[in-house]
Amino acid sequence: MNILELKNITKKYPGVIALNDVSIEFVKGEAHALVGENGAGKSTLIKSCTGAVMPNSGKIVIEGEEFTSLTPQLSESHGIGVIYQEFNLVGELSVAENIFLGRAIRKGLVVDKKAMAREAAKIFEQFNIDIDPNALVSSLTVGYQQLVEIAKALSQKARILIMDEPSAPLTSAEAERLYEVVEKLKASGVTIIYISHRMEEIFRLTERITVLRDGQKIDTVKTSETNMNDLVKLMVGRELKETYPQRKACISDEVLLDVKNLSGNGVSDISFHIRKGEVLGFAGLIGAGRTETAELLFGAAKRTEGTVLLNGKEVSPKTPREAIDSGIALVPEDRKGKGALMDMTIRSNTSMAVLERISKCFVIDAKEERRLAEEYKQSIRIKTPSVEQKIKNLSGGNQQKVIIARWLASEPELVIFDEPTRGIDVGAKSEIYTLVNALVEDGKSVLMISSEMEEVMGMSDRIVVLCDGKISGSLDRKDFNQETIMNFASQK
Amino acid sequence: MGHLENLKGTANAVDFAKRNGIYVVLLVLIGFFSFATENFLVSNNLMNVARQVSMLGIASVGFAFVLLLGGIDLSVGSVITLVNVVCGWFMVNQGMNPVLAIVLTVAMATLIGFANGWIIANIQMPPLIVTLAMMIIIEGVAFLISKGVPIYGFPESFAVIGQGYLGPIPIPVVIMAVIMGIGAFILNKTYFGRYFYAVGGNEEAAKLSGIKVKNVKYLVYSLSGLFAGIAGIVILSRTNSATSNVGEGFELEILTACVLGGISVTGGVGRISNVVAGVLILGVLSNGMVLLNVTEFTQMVIKGTVLLIAVAFDCMQHRKTS
Repeated sequence: MNILELKNITKKYPGVIALNDVSIEFVKGEAHALVGENGAGKSTLIKSCTGAVMPNSGKIVIEGEEFTSLTPQLSESHGIGVIYQEFNLVGELSVAENIFLGRAIRKGLVVDKKAMAREAAKIFEQFNIDIDPNALVSSLTVGYQQLVEIAKALSQKARILIMDEPSAPLTSAEAERLYEVVEKLKASGVTIIYISHRMEEIFRLTERITVLRDGQKIDTVKTSETNMNDLVKLMVGRELKETYPQRKACISDEVLLDVKNLSGNGVSDISFHIRKGEVLGFAGLIGAGRTETAELLFGAAKRTEGTVLLNGKEVSPKTPREAIDSGIALVPEDRKGKGALMDMTIRSNTSMAVLERISKCFVIDAKEERRLAEEYKQSIRIKTPSVEQKIKNLSGGNQQKVIIARWLASEPELVIFDEPTRGIDVGAKSEIYTLVNALVEDGKSVLMISSEMEEVMGMSDRIVVLCDGKISGSLDRKDFNQETIMNFASQK
Repeated sequence: MGHLENLKGTANAVDFAKRNGIYVVLLVLIGFFSFATENFLVSNNLMNVARQVSMLGIASVGFAFVLLLGGIDLSVGSVITLVNVVCGWFMVNQGMNPVLAIVLTVAMATLIGFANGWIIANIQMPPLIVTLAMMIIIEGVAFLISKGVPIYGFPESFAVIGQGYLGPIPIPVVIMAVIMGIGAFILNKTYFGRYFYAVGGNEEAAKLSGIKVKNVKYLVYSLSGLFAGIAGIVILSRTNSATSNVGEGFELEILTACVLGGISVTGGVGRISNVVAGVLILGVLSNGMVLLNVTEFTQMVIKGTVLLIAVAFDCMQHRKTS
């Protein structure tokens, strides 16, 4: 019997179709995995089920009852519970109070703490969980907090439990306990929608697997009838359709950056090198430690171990300024949060990293600043009537070009691009690729972090794959292969 | 394309109005009081207004820097009090040369500002709390030194600063003009002035662009202390007597002037030229209302309302753009 059916769900955002005519059926009491690369549409799908997102078309059928869209209240009252990666718990309240938050059991006007603790204990007992209902949530480890979230959902009579990467923050012992709870939930008739990148646990826990790719459902398969390789093929098996601008062979034998055993900021034992004129790609899933490694190289986070040689000389930047001065630039991932100074002009944004260099006795050389901004406006084709325009008035792609201009102006030898084309249109994308090519043809080196498989394969000379804060694989261009990369990226 | 050009035209007009609207408000106020009272539009009185606001104007430059940074400095009023008391004490009780006394007390004010900046940058406490605590401490110290008794009897030469004239223009007004000029120069021409905007607009992006954010904070809060110190000296010279409550509530008046002048309370946006207008509006309002025989308490109601409207306008702008 199907407890939940999604029928032809489509969700469009400006310029992108997040879900395209997706239909999935969920059977009562099964654990059903949703897998796919970053951006495949998993989150949008969950949000459609929880009422956080309204689909443009399609139907959601819960136990025979049809909806064209849900609200969070409707979703909850029809038995859909979600365990997000970020918990919704109040640390300074007890476990029982959290479970009954907003629905406190009362005796007259007074909250009946004893009754709540009793009810909470009942739920825990049922699933063999050893948590004291009177403990403060802030005193629990992440693993136990997650179990409190699950108990909270169950106390709301959830019959469909959506779990978004539940094992990601857990230690392996905690994960084991989670798996046991999931098995018990299944046995008691709860349907689990399990989102995970970890193949091992998917094969261990689930009955069926649905693969999403680029907003489309590729297939739903029985877990017992598939294997890891077939699954990866389904996840990545698209044709490489975009063509990437050609570049001249320009890799020199000279090594520019040599990183040995770099640790800290959530990553450990990272070793790799980049030659002059080379584009090195960093592939991996979100949270694999790519941005964190970039922050270490750029002096934006604290290194605990390891050495970094730039041009054979050791560098250990403690601040971004030191990194910039030694010839490293970082075009950050989060353009709005970490890159653009929205209330400032294109001119100011361009000159920001070199202001002191173009100043005499503290006074900015206005002519030089203007020239710099005009030069980059021309050379990387920032579409704006004037460099005196505020950056917030530009499109995403042009904003990104301004940030890149800021870093080119600092005349770096190594440019780290972190997700350089996220959220920008196709035209601007290809211009940024051309720019990367121009950089390496000029003898500079590029480290390119990208979650888009096509992009990282299309642009890199070599790819290093990260997983769980460590390097899990490394490939030369002739060995590039989506499945191999995906396998490296989802290793446990 | 023509349509787009038109849009851009109106956008520019709106931009212009937003930038300079405050001067229209100032002119309307001046016009109103000129008609409503006989004595307002007299050169004597106008010069009087300028002299009355000069202390406010001087201190508001440093305060504007702090607001641009996304911070606040509640200790400004108490620094002015302490400067009065200490400078007076140096000259009267210690018989110190006025120049030396001025230099030492202004340096002290700057150091207090630096202390604010150091705590805010390194311990990462909210500026509101740091400067509030500092304000309470300084008020206490000022009282301990003066014991609540006014200090007076300064050397005659000291009076020049607050009471002298340069040609027809009172010296406090000259000092205000110079300091506002310096303030505008810092913001428009120097790289560290540009950093104030960058840090106030997006601290993380500023840091990743190689700006030493801590140093910027030290500098800004030190300048706030410095300018408050100079304002304190001018007040002392004008009143010729140091009392332990002279700076009380001054920070709020400065805040009003800055916000009126379009310095965003959320940081990153604002110009000194408009702060000048904000300061003048407050001065014209006070002076005009006195001439109209508006009681002190009604004045408070009106000034509070003005502050509320100015902040509301700022917040509405912010919501629209984000």
